Amino acid sequence: MIKVSNLAVRVGGFSLREVSLDIDSGEYFIILGPTGAGKTVLLEAIAGLHSVVKGTVSVDGRDITHLQPERRGLGIVYQDHVLFPHLSVWENVAFGLKSMRCPKRDIWPRVEKIAQLMNIDHLLQRKPPSLSGGERQRVSLARALVTEPKLLLLDEPLSALDPEAREKMQHELAEIHRRLNVTIIHVTHDFEEALSLGERVAVLNKGQVVQVGTPEDIMRRPNSEFVAGFALSRNLFQGNAAGAEDGSLVDIGGVRIKAETTLRGTVHASIRPEDIFISREPVRSTAGDSLQAVITGIVDKGSVAYVAVNVPPEFTCLVSRQSLRELDLNIGIEVYITIRASAVHVF
Amino acid sequence: MSRVRSWMRHDSMSVVFAILALLLLAFILAPVVKTVFSSSPGTLWGTLRDESVYSSVLLTVLAGLLATLIGIVVGVPLAYLLARRQFRGKRFLEALIDVPIVIPHSAAGIALLFVFGRQFLLGKLFGHVGITFVDTLAGVVIAMMFVSVPFLIDSSKDAFKAVDVRMEKVARTLGASPWQTFFRVSLPLAWRGIFSGSVMMWARAMSEFGAVLILAYYVPFLGDRATVAPILVADRFTAFGLDHALPVASLVILISLVIFVALRYIALRGDKQ
Repeated sequence: MIKVSNLAVRVGGFSLREVSLDIDSGEYFIILGPTGAGKTVLLEAIAGLHSVVKGTVSVDGRDITHLQPERRGLGIVYQDHVLFPHLSVWENVAFGLKSMRCPKRDIWPRVEKIAQLMNIDHLLQRKPPSLSGGERQRVSLARALVTEPKLLLLDEPLSALDPEAREKMQHELAEIHRRLNVTIIHVTHDFEEALSLGERVAVLNKGQVVQVGTPEDIMRRPNSEFVAGFALSRNLFQGNAAGAEDGSLVDIGGVRIKAETTLRGTVHASIRPEDIFISREPVRSTAGDSLQAVITGIVDKGSVAYVAVNVPPEFTCLVSRQSLRELDLNIGIEVYITIRASAVHVF
Repeated sequence: MSRVRSWMRHDSMSVVFAILALLLLAFILAPVVKTVFSSSPGTLWGTLRDESVYSSVLLTVLAGLLATLIGIVVGVPLAYLLARRQFRGKRFLEALIDVPIVIPHSAAGIALLFVFGRQFLLGKLFGHVGITFVDTLAGVVIAMMFVSVPFLIDSSKDAFKAVDVRMEKVARTLGASPWQTFFRVSLPLAWRGIFSGSVMMWARAMSEFGAVLILAYYVPFLGDRATVAPILVADRFTAFGLDHALPVASLVILISLVIFVALRYIALRGDKQ
């Protein structure tokens, strides 16, 4: 178990204050927060890469606060991979084994094994600059995993990938976690990523942990406006995806909406408020059908307004002030909402 | 043709800049090229076989090389610290390192004499282990080193700064000690900048005149007395005139150019990979 107690770290003008976390062995733990919240500093402090002003870090009861990073037995993977450009993929992966003075005859089979697991065995002789983003990320993971670390630290591992590679890598991370039984701390600013991968999530803001809980806790029971803003700025639903004649249908609490996805079974779906179209009359289109709803709340934000409607479930829509006036929207009236299949993000 | 014309019509600034650049290039190239080609290959060969010229060239190349090697051993660690660590007085230290570039080199020679002379502190200290600096090879080396090491430090510092600090962090988490991280990651990634800084330092060291003149004018070398090539050129000019100085000057320029171009080629060849 990894225990962080009252950790304080100062880096340049930034400080991490009184951070406490308990992470179970084998857990997939997410640190979620906006840019500048201190996520990377926290991760690097756990790795021993920053000197600690106050507090402790311990692993399985052993205090490692002042232990050198090379003695901690952990691996780190950065968003932009940070492969050693002067070394081949093979040498990158073997780097940790050589540092550990692993016997020469063991290095080959261990590199080979992890290369097969990460599906990079055909790239071993290449140099990092010639690889694609997804390939680099897999090499970076292989390099961290080859030494069989107890703890794997991931700093925004999916952010630099294109959507297709990201979805694939997301599955691979879940698979690695399941097969290797390694504790993972994964830093991200993406709530959906946190939701689909994390067993528990810590929300970090301005160098402090503001909430820790399961993804459901964070989503349904945010303890502050900050967390709510992070979690509820979108229409998030848990549902069930099934194939249909033209694409897929996702059942979210009673209503079925069209979506473009290949995922099946239990899924999450999110729709950005600005992608929901409100009208007084039903709209017939091939992209998606209109749903009848009742307006339950309006929050005026000046040039735009958030309109809450109940189908059920409840959706939040973003409309311009002009539409608000022209459509004469008021609480209690009946409207229709239309959602394009391409606007539904299933994950 | 039409592309060139439209380019000229639309962009007078580029034309003016190009003309100024050409003038400057001519200013640099003309004296160098004229001097090199003013002596026939036969004359140059004859000059090199002149005992005093030969030993002077050898002394210059060798002392420059020694100064550069010592500079690498003590300068690269300093460059690394300046690139990676934050500490009080760092800016002052960085300015201090460039002082040898901005002071007159004859004054630098006086300053060195004042510290490394036999009756002064460091001179006495080294005297105990049998090293003296006034009018010796060691004196030539430290005079050259003093005026040229800033080029090596500045270039190496920039090279280390260009290495993503997270490369080193990853290496540490992979079990590498600070020493291993330096030799397996930082140094290989910065070597090109360090190498080109070393070439600059060597070239600058070999062309040093003022500081060497004060500290170690003629030194015992190869069983005789020799002086560095820049001083030899000046001595021949003042004692015998242009005709005697010119072949030596041609030879020295030619040797410097060959070394410089060859080393630049080595440094840039790796760039294409």
